[in-house]
Amino acid sequence: MTQAPIRERAVTPDGIGESVGRPDGVPKVKGEFEYSSDLHVDGMLWGATLRSPHPHASIHSIDTSETGTMTGVFAVLTHEDVPGRKVYGMEIPDQPVLAWEKVRYQGEAVALVAADHPETARRALEKIRVDYEVLDPVTDAEAAMAEDAPRLHLSGNVLRRVDVGHGDPGATAEVVVEGEYEVGMQDQAFLGPESGLAIPHGEGGVDLYISTQWLHVDQDQVAESLGLPPEMVRLTLSGVGGAFGGREDLSMQIHACMLALHTSRPVKMVYGREESFYGHVHRHPAKMRYEHGATRDGQLVYVRANLLFDGGAYASSSNAVCLNAATFACGPYDVPNAQIESHMLYTNNPPCGAMRGFGAVQVCFAHEAQMDKLAEKLGMDSVEIRMKNAIEPGMKFPFGQEVPYPAPVREILERVRAMPLPQERESMGRDLRELPGGVSNTTHGEGVRRGVGYAVGFKNIGFSAGFDDYSTARVSLSVEDGKPVARVLTAAAEVGQGLVMVQAQIARTELGVENVVVETADTRIGSAGSTSASRQTYVTGAAVKEACEKVRERVFDLAREEFGESDGLAIEDGNVVSDGLVVAPLAEVLGDAEISETVEFHHRATHPLDENGQGDAHLQFAFAAHRAVVEVDTELGLARVVEVATAQDVGKIINPLALEGQIEGGIAQGLGLALMEEIQIDDGRIQNASFTDYLIPTILDMPPVKIEILELADPEAPYGLKGVGEPPTIASTPAIVAALRDATDRDLARIPVRPEHIVGLEVKP
Amino acid sequence: MEFLQPADLREVLETKAAHPEAVPIFGGTDVMVDLNFDRERPGAVLDLTRVPEIREWSRKDRRLRVGAGVTYTRAITELGGLLPGLAMASRTVGSPQIRNRGTIGGNLGSASPAGDALPPLYASDAGIEVASVRGVRMVPVEEFITGPRTNALRPDELITAFMIPEARGPQQYAKIGPRNAMVIAVCSLGLALHPESRAVGACIGSAGPTPIRPHEAEGFIEGVIEEHGLWESRSEIPASALERFGALVAEAAKPIDDVRGTASYRRHAVGVLARRTLTWAWDEYRRDAG
Ligand SMILES: Cc1cc2nc3c(=O)[nH]c(=O)nc-3n(C[C@H](O)[C@H](O)[C@H](O)COP(=O)(O)OP(=O)(O)OC[C@H]3O[C@@H](n4cnc5c(N)ncnc54)[C@H](O)[C@@H]3O)c2cc1C
Repeated sequence: MTQAPIRERAVTPDGIGESVGRPDGVPKVKGEFEYSSDLHVDGMLWGATLRSPHPHASIHSIDTSETGTMTGVFAVLTHEDVPGRKVYGMEIPDQPVLAWEKVRYQGEAVALVAADHPETARRALEKIRVDYEVLDPVTDAEAAMAEDAPRLHLSGNVLRRVDVGHGDPGATAEVVVEGEYEVGMQDQAFLGPESGLAIPHGEGGVDLYISTQWLHVDQDQVAESLGLPPEMVRLTLSGVGGAFGGREDLSMQIHACMLALHTSRPVKMVYGREESFYGHVHRHPAKMRYEHGATRDGQLVYVRANLLFDGGAYASSSNAVCLNAATFACGPYDVPNAQIESHMLYTNNPPCGAMRGFGAVQVCFAHEAQMDKLAEKLGMDSVEIRMKNAIEPGMKFPFGQEVPYPAPVREILERVRAMPLPQERESMGRDLRELPGGVSNTTHGEGVRRGVGYAVGFKNIGFSAGFDDYSTARVSLSVEDGKPVARVLTAAAEVGQGLVMVQAQIARTELGVENVVVETADTRIGSAGSTSASRQTYVTGAAVKEACEKVRERVFDLAREEFGESDGLAIEDGNVVSDGLVVAPLAEVLGDAEISETVEFHHRATHPLDENGQGDAHLQFAFAAHRAVVEVDTELGLARVVEVATAQDVGKIINPLALEGQIEGGIAQGLGLALMEEIQIDDGRIQNASFTDYLIPTILDMPPVKIEILELADPEAPYGLKGVGEPPTIASTPAIVAALRDATDRDLARIPVRPEHIVGLEVKP
Repeated sequence: MEFLQPADLREVLETKAAHPEAVPIFGGTDVMVDLNFDRERPGAVLDLTRVPEIREWSRKDRRLRVGAGVTYTRAITELGGLLPGLAMASRTVGSPQIRNRGTIGGNLGSASPAGDALPPLYASDAGIEVASVRGVRMVPVEEFITGPRTNALRPDELITAFMIPEARGPQQYAKIGPRNAMVIAVCSLGLALHPESRAVGACIGSAGPTPIRPHEAEGFIEGVIEEHGLWESRSEIPASALERFGALVAEAAKPIDDVRGTASYRRHAVGVLARRTLTWAWDEYRRDAG
């Protein structure tokens, strides 16, 4: 049922606009792709991590004497063995490499072992004696705010607060709706566990083969904690099995390098599935109080929101999430008066950080529920009220930034509404797979009601608020075996999203060559920035494009040197042409020359918010609207999503198939948050650290997706493109929940929605 | 770790007698998970897959002897007509890979309250064939499962098969899970009509320490059916009786709150499932008349 996005004929085969397939697609399906967990070198040791069983405790002593004497054990390390900075962190280095004095969450790393077999390493961990004094954990953000709450960090428990004040704080309105909303802790649930291989390189430094989202931020932090200059720590990207934000922070990077340098042996570390749930940050749980005021005809007058995020034990990227949430709290609407408070607290829960949607997801669930509430109160259509208030280019966001072109909020809403609804069919007597509960045979049609819901969301693309966000690319062109070949090197992490294709497509289009080699990302070249914030196609794409343009100019210089002055030079089909006439084959122009250009592309500067939460904080905004159709067994509370329709503005389609993959995958993740995905925490402890009980949607839960793509070029961006990775995850969740509300008439103010919420049973406090 | 792999029944029983600590393995879909999670470090593992008596099933006098090593996939494809309730339950288990390897004997061995094969066995009064070098004994399934993850096996014993009457009437199985595949039951219900013995068998899954036969509910609905002569007339069961049956089943549940669901939801849901599955089974019974 998926409608292929509109495509344009590209000039260069497999260039921009073509559905170029993944080079690693077939190997992955066949199980032949080498993930970082598959790395191997002869003589390597296995590292393992001792973790705190307590969410909050003082450490009185760590006794490793019994472990050190075990055969097969080559190293036992604690905080005392950290050669350099004993803490790390992307924004605030507040997380111990290995805990001392205190542990602040269950699963915090305390000690390391290297052994000749993973089982030996695991058993050795059991012999380490840590004398803990268990402390009461602070397990909820509200409690952490209390005056008498234990201070978890010297700086206090408030990790960040961002206030946005816009217009008249005392504004009043004819119609007011209020709501309190809650979002549970979602996990990235990538399938490839944290893993990597550290090899001492003989000159006092180390080579780390690693799956990560950002090689250079890893390199800086690893080097800092090893007490080495960055160039002594060389990183190479290994096969990444998914990321979604969960690989922005370090996991085993410093640990493996410490063990490798200590033993002078290669050391591999691979987390198990359960350990992985303790080994990376999660999406921030949120509690959000909203008040919307509007005129009787549905024009928004004001929005007041109080956002409370649980940052967990350490800072990770909570700062930026807190800011993002504050800036997107009102949704893509024209809001004349806004008062937003966004609070981020330290607790003894697992640390939270980046995940696809990054602060925009939580608030979108709330502001979209509010828009529906308002529509209901006014007796308005839920799409009408959104269109009426849709923000437009030239207006100002509540955080003071002017809305840049394009901002097609109204258009995408119109598009999703115009798509035909799936036919409504008699529920009795259907194939079980087309009913809530599926082949589990819970209904033959009894109690089944259909609902339809809409939502629209937006998010920033690229790093914001004054961060110098850039990428570095080197493009070389030479003749190999008689054929021109372009090589592209960046440090940008391919995490499954398709940047390897994009880089090659850009090089083909810009250089008119068929053969492009995208080299394995590593730290031989400058930073590419993070594979996050939907930014790589934009930022690294722009760097590759510029490098290609420079290379192309040099080809033209060569052509002019060899063949005389000529106008309108271009490269087409492997030939250098002048005004459409072939000057010479590219291979001939190049001869023995290797042309190589390295470019650093910095995007337009952004600015931090001022004390009123005002500023040009963001680079680019991407918008997507969703319509969900669900069927709910109202008696059992089981739901089946029948279809999701979406319209998204992408500026320019670079790779239609990859785009479709991002949209469908993003919706699957949004569906997961709506219906099932939650890390359940009880008293600071994770209750479901496994894929048995942390449920993600299967193919049987995923509906067909109808896609409509808008290509409104952003004049500042390469090819006019917009980042596409996150928008599908943002409004898909509220659209599904809106559809559930439509079917059940229940409030459903908390996600994931559980069957007991749908049937309206008392839920445990 | 020792890996014991006897080739026939006699040898397997002798091996178990000699190594009572050896952990039996058939499909391994529970055993391997335990090993992986380091929950168990057995000194020896006893592979049962080579023993024909454990692998095969047979039929005699409308009763079936189903080897403990029959997989879910085989229960669906080979026994679907004879044991429809078990086949429906099997269809809800895990994924194709798990159904290809996982066995009903393994489900009995693990004795999880959420085991999907168990309610259909309860609802049809299956007997578990338990063997050792000392001989063979037959244990009713309700006595075989003794608690969460415990059963009546003695250290030298193995499950060789279960004995069950082939279906003489409609059977149903329904399972609640928050997603549509690969899910452990939040709660479930197995139901079987036995027109020849004029009985209704029901069993609640995953809402108590073991599967639970709601005897009062069964007795109630059997009474209603007798009283109205419904086995003969095949008329509809009054709606109020269906409701009451559901309510009694809900009352019989002994659910707890856990990560998969709340006690109150489980109680509510098994009641709904009981009413629905009885309705479907009875509708089928009525149709079969024609
Ligand atoms: C991904 C996944 C999904 C699953 N989904 C479901 C599900 O939906 N529903 C469900 O009910 N279960 C599920 N399970 C659990 C498991 O598949 C079942 O319990 C299955 O029936 C076990 O059968 P097996 O042959 O693999 O058992 P094994 O792992 O071989 O053995 C299980 C236990 O029984 C003992 N045992 C096995 N055979 C005998 C015997 N003949 N005599 C004595 N003891 C014996 C073993 O020692 C062990 O204690 C799932 C498991 C996985 C890994």
